[in-house]
Amino acid sequence: MSILSQLAFTAPEEILGLGGLALLMVAAFLGDKTTRLIGYASVALLAVAAFSLTGVAGHGGDAFGGLYRADAFGVFAKILIYVAAAVCILIAPRFFEHEDKLRAEYPILIVFAVAGMGMMVSATDLITLYVGLELNSLSAYVLASFMRKDMRAAEAGLKYFVLGSLASGILLYGVSLLYGFSGTTNYAGIATAMHSGMGLGLLFGIVFLMAGLAFKISAVPFHMWTPDVYEGAPTPVTAFFASAPKVAAMAMAVRVSITAMGPALHDWQQIVIFVSLASIVVGAAGAIGQSNIKRLLAYSSINNVGFALVGLATGTQAGVASVLSYMAIYVVMTLGSFLCVLQMRDASGSPIETISSLSGLSQTRKGLAAALAIFMFSLAGIPPLFGFWGKFLVFDAAVAAGLLPLAAFGIAASVIGAFYYLKIIKTMYFDAPADESYAPSASGLESGLIAAAAIIMVLGYGAIPLLSSTANAAAKALF
Amino acid sequence: MSFPILSTMILLPMLAAVVCLFISATQARMLALCATLVTFVLGIMLWANYETGGAQWQFAERLPLFGRFEWALGIDGIALMLIMLSVFLMPLCILASWTAIEKRVPEYMAAFLLMEALMIGVFSAQDLYLFYIFFEAGLIPMYLIIGIWGGAERIYASYKFFLYTLLGSVLMLVAMLWMVNQAGTTFIPTLMEYDFPPHAQTWLWLAFFASFAVKMPMWPVHTWLPDAHVQAPTAGSVILAGVLLKMGGYGFLRFSLPMFPDASAQLVWIVFGLSMIAVVYTSLVALVQHDMKKLIAYSSVAHMAFVTIGLFTFNRQGIEGAIIVMLAHGLVSAALFLCVGVIYDRLHTREIDRYGGLSNNMPYYALFFMFFTMASVALPGTANFVGEFLALVGAYEANSWVGAVATLGIILGAAYMLYLYRRVAFGESKNADAAAMMDISPREWAIMAPIAAATLWMGVYPESFIAPMRADVGTLLARIERAHPQGDAQLKMGKPKLAIVDAHEKGAH
Repeated sequence: MSILSQLAFTAPEEILGLGGLALLMVAAFLGDKTTRLIGYASVALLAVAAFSLTGVAGHGGDAFGGLYRADAFGVFAKILIYVAAAVCILIAPRFFEHEDKLRAEYPILIVFAVAGMGMMVSATDLITLYVGLELNSLSAYVLASFMRKDMRAAEAGLKYFVLGSLASGILLYGVSLLYGFSGTTNYAGIATAMHSGMGLGLLFGIVFLMAGLAFKISAVPFHMWTPDVYEGAPTPVTAFFASAPKVAAMAMAVRVSITAMGPALHDWQQIVIFVSLASIVVGAAGAIGQSNIKRLLAYSSINNVGFALVGLATGTQAGVASVLSYMAIYVVMTLGSFLCVLQMRDASGSPIETISSLSGLSQTRKGLAAALAIFMFSLAGIPPLFGFWGKFLVFDAAVAAGLLPLAAFGIAASVIGAFYYLKIIKTMYFDAPADESYAPSASGLESGLIAAAAIIMVLGYGAIPLLSSTANAAAKALF
Repeated sequence: MSFPILSTMILLPMLAAVVCLFISATQARMLALCATLVTFVLGIMLWANYETGGAQWQFAERLPLFGRFEWALGIDGIALMLIMLSVFLMPLCILASWTAIEKRVPEYMAAFLLMEALMIGVFSAQDLYLFYIFFEAGLIPMYLIIGIWGGAERIYASYKFFLYTLLGSVLMLVAMLWMVNQAGTTFIPTLMEYDFPPHAQTWLWLAFFASFAVKMPMWPVHTWLPDAHVQAPTAGSVILAGVLLKMGGYGFLRFSLPMFPDASAQLVWIVFGLSMIAVVYTSLVALVQHDMKKLIAYSSVAHMAFVTIGLFTFNRQGIEGAIIVMLAHGLVSAALFLCVGVIYDRLHTREIDRYGGLSNNMPYYALFFMFFTMASVALPGTANFVGEFLALVGAYEANSWVGAVATLGIILGAAYMLYLYRRVAFGESKNADAAAMMDISPREWAIMAPIAAATLWMGVYPESFIAPMRADVGTLLARIERAHPQGDAQLKMGKPKLAIVDAHEKGAH
């Protein structure tokens, strides 16, 4: 196949990359007054990229001599990423407008990050993986300190950059070890090398690679940056960090673990089990003392990554499918929660982030309180809310794979997590209303998105057949 | 397919709950009452159409909606009785909250209606995961009911209730996942006949036990109950004592016994041991309470211990007795909480010492209170007598030590209940405000009288309630027969020679 015909395999990334460059030009010449327009154009780009997945980019198979693979797994992850990114673009203008920081670069940076994520999830070579990862990360560092005159945002950006680079270095070191001891950076080649014998060098490569990946998905013990970055970054950016890059990094971790390191399952399984349990426990325990809702949601995301990793630890097809379903449900829950956080504004429109300001919200703003309560119960995994289904699937996979102790400890630790989710509900429903109430919602779009997310969380069970069939098809692509 | 009456009974209150959120307080009260009454009527139709001695599972509905599990409903006689209890108590709860709840009425009514839907769901679910979802979902409305409308310590109580119950249930979920993987089906009637390997049964049984023992509650995991009861509003306590505790007993009947008969037989000592401690210990604790609701809460733990003893006797008397105790306790403890609610609404205290001599100024109230007190101490003629007598007969047959200790509980039960009644209703009217309280209103009559009638009915003619579930208990017994542990008090049928044969033999000589 000629190089040109293979370009069609990577159509979504090309659309996003070229489209992003074009929009950057528009922004450079027309200035910040076109920001909203560029935002809508970016969403349109995402939609086109999603549409291109129906073609050869969705099922074409290997391209560029095994650097890139277009399959159902990539489609599933990309759709999730695009939806999350589109939501994060749409909710931003109102937030930045108040701070007078509305800049055209925001949607464009997200588009570039998304292009990088697309490469991450479709990469079948460690070099492609690294390039995609860095494209995503560099955009993310800038996004974190997007409000550059804000002390906290600058701190968040710097922390993210320093620690992120360190993690990239660790990951690269792992890549180099794997290359040195297997003679290839290709996933399939590494798998063959591992199949014919595991040496100490390959083992070290796996450990370093896993450490780098754990940083990117903010799993314990590489989670320390998460609360600070989530707290410091502007709320729409935090919403973005908690959704799209999480999905991408998780999908990347799944693909590399299964297709490249699949034969070494027993070597990395114990790492994943440890990381998973540690994330569940630390994510739950760390959240208890928080008074800032963004920090709390940061710990909640660590906790959720722990649950998703339970599915990965199985190394089975059902486990991979459960990770994908979990991430899909997680994205809706977490975006819903951050949309509610965006609504937390005082009379002058300045954002508030303290949990105590939610006091008595159920009496002042019933709808918002009900929605946030739904998201919290859902994150806690209480049926009948849909968050339960994600936990159900990962633990089902773990039990089926015979990882009973992991399932039992993990699910018991989820009770610790329930405590702090309940704390938010308690603040909203049991406490007397706070002195200062929030400004009423001014955006039909945000209210609509919140309502949609809440409805999905309540009535999602109807979507189970669709979700499981697509997730299963996606997982099947890896085996 | 016939009319899906069970789905209707679940969806109707759920729908009404959603509507409640959007209407005013007065409308919400009316709507909630109407919805619960309609559901009650549907319940009566359910009972009327239930074919005693017919198929084991009736009104079955199966709809493969969710891919991994089904919307499968269906009831046997045991579930029927518990559903009847739920739908019977629900309108009374709404009536009891009519004036007592003043703030955020629409949400309150919505929470109760949701609770009703979920309770019916728990008792009618025929799919393992569907059962779990209904079982767990009940935590949410109850958490809100205790937390929003409860007393001073409501937040602590609501957390304790939620987290205790959740921790018990998630272990059960892991066990369920394993069972479904093993058996390849989520359909409860099939699982009830599936033989799990004996070594696995022990673990599965313990996981289910963790959930049901907390729900029941059994000593020593009962401590959430007194807190939750004391802090919950009256109607919340009624539902908690009347129905939610029965989910634990129902779980033992539906899951632990038929699915893990061997483990049940092996681990019966845990159940008996904990129940024996509970009967004596919680009765003694109840004796020294100053708070009326707390006293009744501890008495609930003691009564539930009769249920667990009866269920694990492996004989018909014990199991039928346990079910009747569940129903009777559902009525009587609910009524006792309502009795406390009546005077709490007037004086806003549950302190026993603040009352006294109420029989002077509230004769009808004293009459009802006396009736339910007597029912609680299992006076013959009331529902509790039937249940506790049968459960004790079963217990003596299984293990005479258990029987003896449990019987001690009856005596202690009489002690704390009569002591409570004497302090509240008899003696001098020492507090002027208590002496000035009005007797029960027509609304309160309407709440008390039906429960009293039902208690008498069950006490005088228990056959109406035992008949629908006789066959189901028989099925259960046949299932667990092979594991039946050897009791120490089993009757030995000797073979005495007939006198006439003797004489005949003598004559032959």
